[in-house]
Amino acid sequence: MNKIRVIARIDVKNEFAIKGIHLEGLRKIGNPNILACNYYKDGIDEIFFMDAVAAYYDRNSLTELIQKSCRNVFIPITVGGGIRSIDDIKNLLKSGADKVAINTKAVRNPDFILQSSKTFGSQCIVSSIEAKFIKDGKWEVYIDNGRESTGTDVVEWAKYVEELGAGEIMLTSIDKEGTKKGFDIELYKEVVNKVSIPIIASGGMGKSTDAVNLLKDADIDAIASASVLHYKIESIKEIKQTLFENNIRVRI
Amino acid sequence: MKIAIIDYGIGNVRSILEAFKNQNSDVILTKDKDEILKSSGLVIPGVGSFSHGMENLINYGLDGVIKEYAIMDKPLLGICLGMQLLFEESSEFGFTNGLGLISGKVNELPTKDNQYEKLPHVSWNEINSKKISWNNTILEDIDEGSDMYFVHSFAAEPNDPDEILSLTEYSKHNFCSCVKRGNIYGCQFHPEKSGLIGLKIISNFISICYR
Repeated sequence: MNKIRVIARIDVKNEFAIKGIHLEGLRKIGNPNILACNYYKDGIDEIFFMDAVAAYYDRNSLTELIQKSCRNVFIPITVGGGIRSIDDIKNLLKSGADKVAINTKAVRNPDFILQSSKTFGSQCIVSSIEAKFIKDGKWEVYIDNGRESTGTDVVEWAKYVEELGAGEIMLTSIDKEGTKKGFDIELYKEVVNKVSIPIIASGGMGKSTDAVNLLKDADIDAIASASVLHYKIESIKEIKQTLFENNIRVRI
Repeated sequence: MKIAIIDYGIGNVRSILEAFKNQNSDVILTKDKDEILKSSGLVIPGVGSFSHGMENLINYGLDGVIKEYAIMDKPLLGICLGMQLLFEESSEFGFTNGLGLISGKVNELPTKDNQYEKLPHVSWNEINSKKISWNNTILEDIDEGSDMYFVHSFAAEPNDPDEILSLTEYSKHNFCSCVKRGNIYGCQFHPEKSGLIGLKIISNFISICYR
């Protein structure tokens, strides 16, 4: 039986971990490597590093950070932001990343998901999808870290990336991101039944019961949390304890 | 007294290298035949498809080297795809022959028709079913039910049940998550990505190599 993964999402700008609201208005949090090490020691299941400005500059600058982190962090590390070529993926995997998350490049050229999953295997290709609510059960795909709309429907896109060979989907709600007001449950309910690959929910978790509420309604595989951990609202132990007490299987 | 990690251009080997260093072993990443044959322990890493993995081993001329190494009865550890490659064949993308060091086949986890759970199996999951003793193996002092990190869609099916060291339940089906045949070990999970318990398994393997 699967266990729900609790993932620490660390957005990085230059050498700092940062946190924004709706992916904007960035505030410095600390050293991303130290945060990753601490979360690992406290029992997090996975680390997700997102280069928050990479898409804007068309490059991912996290190779050094990954190299450092994988000396002390012995759990899966996923890296996203500004991944544009097979060589970019090769470099990140070589630096110690286990999986890469691709958004902008995939939207501009869907064939990139196909190529990368063929080259490296589906298991290391995460499709990162940024979703913005439009109206009644409709969400639109955004790129460039929530800066640019695409006109593409989120559900259709999710089905398509699975077909192209993505191994997981990291689905971020731009509307909820950084608000600490809970996940966009309707979004996940809508997408989760349409695809058969694992889905990571990201954006909006302000307390552990937000995760419980989401998991009660949607068959999500993992939850990503940033604010709760960065602002020490709850410890990783407390989050997992709450999930456990609500009959959600977690790694304790 | 070196442990060699086979470098055949597949996946993330750095974290395996770092995990072995973290457990104070003298470890190298290599595709050199002599270095591999004289090592005290050999690790076959690997992620991705079976056919691609096997193809790379053959292209680097490493399939024969691994078989030659295994005949000497020195410790060998296959991780994830590296475990699957130890078997005779896989049904991933048609049929591909493996190294044939352990008798059995590699097949897709049975979920697609049943739709119980998703593929790939990306999750922490428990290793269980201690039919044969874990003493003096890479699972020594590991608690039954420990959570390990998995990411795969295929799993090996050893012909000899006595070679199954641990089973893991997924989609109402038990698959072999750790195999042992003499000094040849395979684990479907990633010990290098499974926190402190994973590091303990690596440390156990190192002890076996230095025995």
